[in-house]
Amino acid sequence: MPYDLVVIGSGPGGYVCAIRAAQLGMRVLVVEKDKTLGGTCLNVGCIPSKALLHTSHLYEEVADRFAPMGIEVSKPKLDLARMMQFKQEGVDGNVKGVAFLFKKNKIEARQGTGRIAAPAKVEVSTADGKSETVEAEAIVIATGSDVARLAGIEIDERRVLSSTGALSLPQVPKRLLIVGAGVIGLELGSVWRRLGAQVQVVEFLDRILPGIDGEVARQAQRLLEHQGMSFKLSSKITAVETSTKSLRAQVEPSTGGRAETLEADVTLIAVGRVPYTEGLGLESVGVKKDNKNRIIVDAHYATNVAGIYAIGDVIAGPMLAHKAEEEGVAVAEILAGQAGHVNYDVIPNVVYTYPEIAVVGRSEEELKAAGIPYKIGKYPFSANPRARVNQETEGFVKILADAKNDRVLGVHIMCSDAGNMVAEAAMAMEFGAAAEDIARTCHAHPTLPEAVKEAALAVDKRAINM
Amino acid sequence: MAEIRVPTLGESVTEATIGKWFKQVGEQVAADEPLVELETDKVTIEVPAPAAGVLSDIAAKDGATVAVGARLGEIKEGAAAPPKSATKPAQAPTGRPDKKTDATVAIGAGPEQPQLRAQPKEQPRSNAALAAPLAPSVRKLAVESGIEPATIPGTGKEGRLTKADMLAAIERAAAAPTPVPQPAAALRAPSPADDSAREERVKMTRLRQTIARRLKEAQNTAAMLTTFNEADMSAVMELRNRYKDSFEKKHGSRLGFMGFFVRAAIAALKDIPAVNAEIDGGDIVYKNYYHIGVAVGTERGLVVPVVRDAERKTLGAIETEIADFGRRAREGTLKLEEMQGGTFTISNGGVYGSLLSTPILNAPQSGILGMHKIQERPVAIGGKVEVRPMMYLALSYDHRLVDGREAVLFLVRVKELIEDPTRLVLDL
Repeated sequence: MPYDLVVIGSGPGGYVCAIRAAQLGMRVLVVEKDKTLGGTCLNVGCIPSKALLHTSHLYEEVADRFAPMGIEVSKPKLDLARMMQFKQEGVDGNVKGVAFLFKKNKIEARQGTGRIAAPAKVEVSTADGKSETVEAEAIVIATGSDVARLAGIEIDERRVLSSTGALSLPQVPKRLLIVGAGVIGLELGSVWRRLGAQVQVVEFLDRILPGIDGEVARQAQRLLEHQGMSFKLSSKITAVETSTKSLRAQVEPSTGGRAETLEADVTLIAVGRVPYTEGLGLESVGVKKDNKNRIIVDAHYATNVAGIYAIGDVIAGPMLAHKAEEEGVAVAEILAGQAGHVNYDVIPNVVYTYPEIAVVGRSEEELKAAGIPYKIGKYPFSANPRARVNQETEGFVKILADAKNDRVLGVHIMCSDAGNMVAEAAMAMEFGAAAEDIARTCHAHPTLPEAVKEAALAVDKRAINM
Repeated sequence: MAEIRVPTLGESVTEATIGKWFKQVGEQVAADEPLVELETDKVTIEVPAPAAGVLSDIAAKDGATVAVGARLGEIKEGAAAPPKSATKPAQAPTGRPDKKTDATVAIGAGPEQPQLRAQPKEQPRSNAALAAPLAPSVRKLAVESGIEPATIPGTGKEGRLTKADMLAAIERAAAAPTPVPQPAAALRAPSPADDSAREERVKMTRLRQTIARRLKEAQNTAAMLTTFNEADMSAVMELRNRYKDSFEKKHGSRLGFMGFFVRAAIAALKDIPAVNAEIDGGDIVYKNYYHIGVAVGTERGLVVPVVRDAERKTLGAIETEIADFGRRAREGTLKLEEMQGGTFTISNGGVYGSLLSTPILNAPQSGILGMHKIQERPVAIGGKVEVRPMMYLALSYDHRLVDGREAVLFLVRVKELIEDPTRLVLDL
């Protein structure tokens, strides 16, 4: 008997899609090629990196910030293996959680590589050579993405790492060279810097964190440099020599020019991610991809082949776990005959460095490019009573509102808790709030989100606590 | 069974009054035969039978008010085509019947960053939206502006009101006419018995009610002022006398004054475009075409047929058209379209003997030129007193958009061109 839905991939997009579909009464099978469920996010992405960011942050806090509080501790010692174990416990717990949710929702899971043999047929092949074909009324491809590579630079996950290897190093590198100043490079760079590495970041563009509001990115760079990270912008790595004791990376200006050599013990290649479609059999079944290898879908996540859909990192759009989740829910609802929908205007984006950076909506650059007149309301955490008293005053809130009708168009937060705080902003924007609406919503005192309220007041030039 | 329905009646005409039925129930009718007369704000029209057969039902009687699309009656038999009704767009299926359908965003073909959302669309408020409290900014604006939130369309989630919606509504209210408090029906104190026996109460005709309403609307909306000037008509009159016969022989209509005034007005409108413009909400709409309305008095009231693209017509063509309008206005056979779309109006009170008056704007236009009686008067010319045939000119204008200076210049221009018609030829 055919399944109502077969989902290929059990990352945030796939597993959420499966659960929603099951809630809507469908009989669902999830095919996962890895031994554990959860995809990149749970196993070698979001979850483990957050664990290490948390532990390494506390390690640094204990070393640097406890003494002024009158808490005397000796210099902390690092047991990296134990830290990795802590991380793995978190990963395992989450993976088990997904397995539990599958059981609860009566979703079947099969381990193996999923190949679409024909529309409505998925062949699941395991490493031992066995394969089995299942029938499906609908197929959702949620195979996510893989690490982007640099031509000519081989990743061995020992000294030349991808993010996967950078999450499981056996010891803290003395010198870590990071290629790419995007989210992943900066987060993992922060982890190892806090644990004792000397971190240098090489970036092709003339700025870090592409896509993030320029002012926020510049402020972030200043703070990270202050923390000890060094940046080499507008530069590209052309080769990495691994035969010598130290790694020798050839660096030259992005536009070409004199090369120089940077030495490091370990290098992390963090130049982005690319859609992953290996072994899916897309060519033989006729599913079309674009020139960036992304599966092409219409407004209902349908590919050009009837009955085959795709979501998450494997299609266009921001490569974020929660974007994949939203799409997973939407496509499940569409398959159930409902009006599934994703609001792409309100998808938050978080960088889990310290302080965290969280943005939702438009940057100033985007508004200027679109010719939309806007007002700015900015509020520094140095003026926020809670941040002040905790002596964690780095960062600011910036709210961009439509100059004509005050509608909130973008919210940018940089502070210790930005990732959590942005949820309020997303909620407000989802309901079409004006800056005035945020300003007139009572925020508890003394909390960090008061800064969001004050920034909203600042849009109207009437902040109280500034 | 063929239904007889009220047809579309023209721009902004939403209802009509049944004038009279030409046929009775049970009578045989032919297809397209006029069945019933409908009176609208502007004209009277006849509704033809949609099919041949027997008139089986009359749903609305003489004197009743009916809306566009309303059912008037029915014809039995006849292979009539079913009446065309506007089809509502089909709603996409939803799993839950109470949930409103959202449009899904197209993705994939676009760039990495999703496109900025286009203009938020108005939606009817969902049940959740109706039950939800208003956003704080909306609440504040509603109380301060006095605008009832329930009356405003919402563009927020599921049709909720946003601050933008309130601000837009406030802007619209500012541009809208001052609400005229409708006087209660029995405001007038009853006359003493002695007088009331000598009163005659006649219901206002539809046309008169419309005229009354539109006059009040014009007055309440525009900031209406009138500026005056006078024109020495001798040059035009001399022209008339010289060419009146050959004009009539060639064009078939008499050479009046209207043609000159239309041409003069157009020249002045080209100089002062604001007078040919119109206020729409927060915008000024400048019109680069000249449809000149010429007011014609009839027994039933004033009507204003429009000479379209008057600047492309010769004087002869204008005069002929105006004469034709006049005749048909008195016959009551003017068509609805002929009275729509005007950008400027000329009204001649002089035919009745008016020396000087303040014409009222023909909304939504921003200017109206009043012509008056030509009267011989002593005037000072070059230090001497001469008797000249003079006409007072009046321009009533909407001061919201036409400056005093502009209005004066407009009228001076008309005067110049009338006093020296050669300027019209030379475009000076």
